Amino acid sequence: MAASGLVFIGFVLAHMYGNLKAFGGEESFNEYAEHLRTIGEPLLPESGLLWILRLGLIAALVVHVASAFALWKRASDARPVKYQVAKRRNSSLSSRTMRWGGLTILAFLVWHLLNFSIVKINPAGGETNNPYQLMVDTFDLWWMTLIYLVAMAALAMHLHHGTFSAMQTLGFTQTVAARSRARLAGWVVAVVVAGGFSLVPLFTLFGVIE
Amino acid sequence: MNLTLNIWRQANPTAAGAMHQYHVQDISEDMSFLEMLDVLNEQLNEQGEDPVAFDHDCREGICGSCDLMIDGQAHGPEVTTTCQLHMRSFKDGQEITIEPWRASAFPVIKDLIVDRSAFDRIIQAGGYVSVNTGAAPDAHATPVPQADALKAFNVATCIGCGACVAACPNGSASLFMGAKITHLGRLPQGQPERDERVVNMVAQHDHEGFGGCTNIGECTAACPKEIPLDVISQLNRDLRTAIRNGH
Amino acid sequence: MATTDTYLNQPSQQQSDDAHGYYTPGAPLVDEKAPTGPIAMRWTNRKFSNALVNPANRRKLNVIIVGTGLAGGAAAATLGEAGYNVKSFCYQDSPRRAHSIAAQGGINAAKNYKEDGDSVHRLFYDTVKGGDYRSRESNVYRLAEVSTNIIDQCVAQGVPFAREYGGLLDNRSFGGVQVSRTFYARGQTGQQLLIGAYQALERQVAAGTVTTFTRHEMLELVMVDGKARGIIARDMATGEIETHLADAVVLASGGYGNVFFLSTNAMGCNVTATWRAHRKGAYMANPCYTQIHPTCIPVSGEHQSKLTLMSESLRNDGRIWVPKKAEDCDKDPRDIPEEDRDYYLERIYPSFGNLVPRDIASRQAKNVCDEGRGVGPMVGDFRRGVYLDFSDAIARLGKDGIEAKYDNLFDMYERITGENPYEVPMRIYPAVHYVMGGLWVDYDLQSNLEGLFVAGEANFSDHGANRLGASALMQGLADGYFVLPNTIRDYLAHAPFAPIDESHPAVAEAKKSVEDRIAKLLSIQGTRSADSYHKELGHIMWEYCGMERSEPGLRKAIDMIRELKADFWSNLKVLGTADSLNQSLEKAGRVADFIELGELMCIDALNRRESCGGHFRAESQTDEGEALRHDDEFAYVAAWEFGGDAGQPVLHKEDLLYTAIEMKQRSYK
Ligand SMILES: Cc1cc2nc3c(=O)[nH]c(=O)nc-3n(C[C@H](O)[C@H](O)[C@H](O)COP(=O)(O)OP(=O)(O)OC[C@H]3O[C@@H](n4cnc5c(N)ncnc54)[C@H](O)[C@@H]3O)c2cc1C
Ligand code: HEM
Ligand code: SF4
Ligand code: FES
Repeated sequence: MAASGLVFIGFVLAHMYGNLKAFGGEESFNEYAEHLRTIGEPLLPESGLLWILRLGLIAALVVHVASAFALWKRASDARPVKYQVAKRRNSSLSSRTMRWGGLTILAFLVWHLLNFSIVKINPAGGETNNPYQLMVDTFDLWWMTLIYLVAMAALAMHLHHGTFSAMQTLGFTQTVAARSRARLAGWVVAVVVAGGFSLVPLFTLFGVIE
Repeated sequence: MNLTLNIWRQANPTAAGAMHQYHVQDISEDMSFLEMLDVLNEQLNEQGEDPVAFDHDCREGICGSCDLMIDGQAHGPEVTTTCQLHMRSFKDGQEITIEPWRASAFPVIKDLIVDRSAFDRIIQAGGYVSVNTGAAPDAHATPVPQADALKAFNVATCIGCGACVAACPNGSASLFMGAKITHLGRLPQGQPERDERVVNMVAQHDHEGFGGCTNIGECTAACPKEIPLDVISQLNRDLRTAIRNGH
Repeated sequence: MATTDTYLNQPSQQQSDDAHGYYTPGAPLVDEKAPTGPIAMRWTNRKFSNALVNPANRRKLNVIIVGTGLAGGAAAATLGEAGYNVKSFCYQDSPRRAHSIAAQGGINAAKNYKEDGDSVHRLFYDTVKGGDYRSRESNVYRLAEVSTNIIDQCVAQGVPFAREYGGLLDNRSFGGVQVSRTFYARGQTGQQLLIGAYQALERQVAAGTVTTFTRHEMLELVMVDGKARGIIARDMATGEIETHLADAVVLASGGYGNVFFLSTNAMGCNVTATWRAHRKGAYMANPCYTQIHPTCIPVSGEHQSKLTLMSESLRNDGRIWVPKKAEDCDKDPRDIPEEDRDYYLERIYPSFGNLVPRDIASRQAKNVCDEGRGVGPMVGDFRRGVYLDFSDAIARLGKDGIEAKYDNLFDMYERITGENPYEVPMRIYPAVHYVMGGLWVDYDLQSNLEGLFVAGEANFSDHGANRLGASALMQGLADGYFVLPNTIRDYLAHAPFAPIDESHPAVAEAKKSVEDRIAKLLSIQGTRSADSYHKELGHIMWEYCGMERSEPGLRKAIDMIRELKADFWSNLKVLGTADSLNQSLEKAGRVADFIELGELMCIDALNRRESCGGHFRAESQTDEGEALRHDDEFAYVAAWEFGGDAGQPVLHKEDLLYTAIEMKQRSYK
């Protein structure tokens, strides 16, 4: 779980960095999209590295989702009878919503891939072969941006607890100081990733990127 | 003060249980929570109704017998054991819901009493140092740095009450297990069996049907001995080391 | 070191016979296993001369151990390691919860790690003296001797004792002793020691040598052809009555302080295991010897169910007082001017002041409260509490200084009473804490019944009439780890024992008697709960057989207890059924035994017309009103044989002979 989660963190950080190329304008962004496909050539065939990354991510996703469901099942088996009154006193909302938050991310991921990668659906009905244009068209629709922002909120929460949790799971937090550092790291990763991803749609919606 | 109590009643392990409502009067705020239940039980006995069964023994917060879920909080609103909770933490007229620990590894035996023998079996799996009586070297043969001794002591104060499991949304016993692994792992005496210990204890834990830890942190907040979350981190690290060492 | 019979005292010649008419005199008792020779060699020689059991035969030998406290837990683990087949019983849901867990202060051992002149002989000497010369020399010497092995064993198990910066073990001095020999783990020594024993026990469970029976209460001893061969126990979760047979039975079932209803003992502590054995013929020795601890949190009201002890170390800095005038007793203590306060211990005992021994501090607290000068809430007709005031110490050491020393105790006090002791003086009152009486055993820890061994607080303790702090833990572990495993093998070497099974008439009879008794308890259907009888018994015991006893008081108590017993068996109300978890039924059985024990305690106290150890006999005091012992009359162990429900107990006296130590009267003025 922790390992696959960390793979995702690495991925989303890189992915977010890539997205920020949108601020460099159409050319720079499309170049990046193209570069993604040609990197490693001629050692690898076209899109080779991209496919390796994709396979890695798919594997991580399978592992991650499978572990998530295994934990979910174990938890519900471990407490078949629920409490009549339940009060929480120490846990963050994000730690308690990892599963539903994860599912939200999963649902979003499906749409996201349909949108930009596999099918390339342009919800505004425009061009689909120019990545930059596809992005601008999408985020010019206010409700697409909203969906995207909601997903980023879910991602932020997932990462807020996920980063800390991964540090605990890997055994890096044996002191009070280490634990607060891990909690801080959770905040930083959550804000940077979700914040970074949100910039592009917001700036597109408000016309800075067009 | 006068109180309304909603209490889980269940005649035996297989019977279906249900919440029942009772009223107690003239409770003094100096009484402990269990003494308040004693009053209820005297009253029930007089009325010819079966008294409420609950576990308790030392009534001074050290044996770990008492184990009530009070208004959704393990051991109630204070950071202490149920037996050390006093009625001054409640208000006149309050309605209080009392339930047993809920975990499939802690099946209900009667009313508020659950079977926590799974904890004993986790200890059997490796929560000890293998040294036969009489085989020990002089106590001063191995000095132990004060900081290690202190850390070991602090986590060895676990009373095995099970509040961590009761409070955990996953029903995991990782805090209990981590406390023992950290206690023995901090001391030179615990080193030789360190790898096997963690592997076997975790296997037994999972086998008992406790849930997996997702580091939510409710356990440590409910723990009357304030065992910190580090012990779970230590548990994970020891497990990783053990697996790397081929266990 | 004296090794010859230098100090041979007069065997007892009892003149007074206060208990005349309450008992039948019996034949004198001698410990036939008592060792001889130089005191320092006695244990070594015994270990050597005791027979060995072939390892191959051990697996076939079954031992039942009732109790998983320090004594029982340690014994079960050790016998399991040796390869015997052990069945271990406790009434709690886990062996780890035995009452030993609650001991706070520490454990003594003659390690002399501080190089302050300690030695086995000095620990031996201090313990005999602390026991007011009412213990056996050889036993105490052995205790002091194995004390050092205990520490080694516990450290090897991972018991996290307090350590110094250099990594070596720390010691403190405890209970007025001149040397630092007490090992401790903050205020939770008992817990840490017990967890060590528990883990050793669970290791043997995993190894298959020990089987644990938790939530099982022993309700009868099975005697076959004069030998202890098993127990009848009730599975407290299902109500099933089970028969467990073995080749030897060990009782390590702890103390019976709960006969006083309010005590620092756990709620479940009981006398049932030992009392059932007593009724089957085992002698009960010195039942009236109890330890009363002066610094407990006072009773707050009628519903109080138990008392909580606070470490005695508080007396090092707190000053004890009550108002001079009874009318000041309900005032805010901070408003009572200095000249209206009576620092009574400092007044009566100028040289020891607030640090007088436990029994004196306790008794004087009771006296001032009886005079109507107690403080705190009214409980019945009296206020039962005295102030333990830290304001001078706070002025002297600062709040930080006090916090560093007593923080956890102050917190505990505040949690229980709701008062902040940094601002308002604490209130304390004595409470029953430990009993030295118990089943009589010989040097090998075998009772007068063959095959029945008794260890820990359940036997009549090695430390005699008084209890110094930190000795009981030592005895529990000494018995469990080192003594019993070495002595029981001498008995087990007589194997094979006659094969028996559940159909044996004596076994079936024992089981039936348990079932009948339970049926009887459930069938009375009267109006009073077992708890209410327990409370009433406790009042009687505390009033007349507590810190201070007198002949008329004890006679009155015996009459009251007899009446209570008759009422109990005709007016008890126990709901529920026999075949389910039934806490009221458990309680009723225990109270029934406590009532019988209470009567015997009073008879024993009546007979012992001397002030000794923890208790004060009004008829035996010096001109200044201090405790007066009568070595000429009472230097003996009073071992009582059950005389039948209609008969009288039979008194057997075992004389105590001192050869290595001279008997001295004590003085604290
Ligand atoms: C609050 C407190 C503080 C203390 N502090 C100190 C201290 O600082 N130093 C010191 O030396 N001593 C101290 N003592 C005394 C000491 O703790 C005890 O004397 C000692 O622990 C007794 O150990 P044990 O093994 O004999 O019995 P226990 O620990 O009492 O164990 C009794 C066992 O017998 C079982 N049992 C009892 N009856 C039955 C039955 N009928 N059927 C089945 N099982 C049964 C119980 O389940 C339990 O497992 C303290 C005592 C108290 C109460
Ligand atoms: C596909 C949908 C996803 C689902 C269903 C999901 C679900 C879960 C669940 C249930 C947990 C366990 C809770 C815990 O350990 O506290 C978890 C942990 C975690 N997740 Fe996800 N997640 C998903 C996607 C992601 C993504 C995209 C990332 C990274 C950007 C991520 C990063 C993490 C991390 C770092 C952890 C902590 C691992 C640990 O503690 O061992 N997850 N996830
Ligand atoms: S870790 Fe805390 S909550 Fe869990 S069993 Fe131990 S003392 Fe109880
Ligand atoms: S009854 Fe012992 S901890 Fe509460």
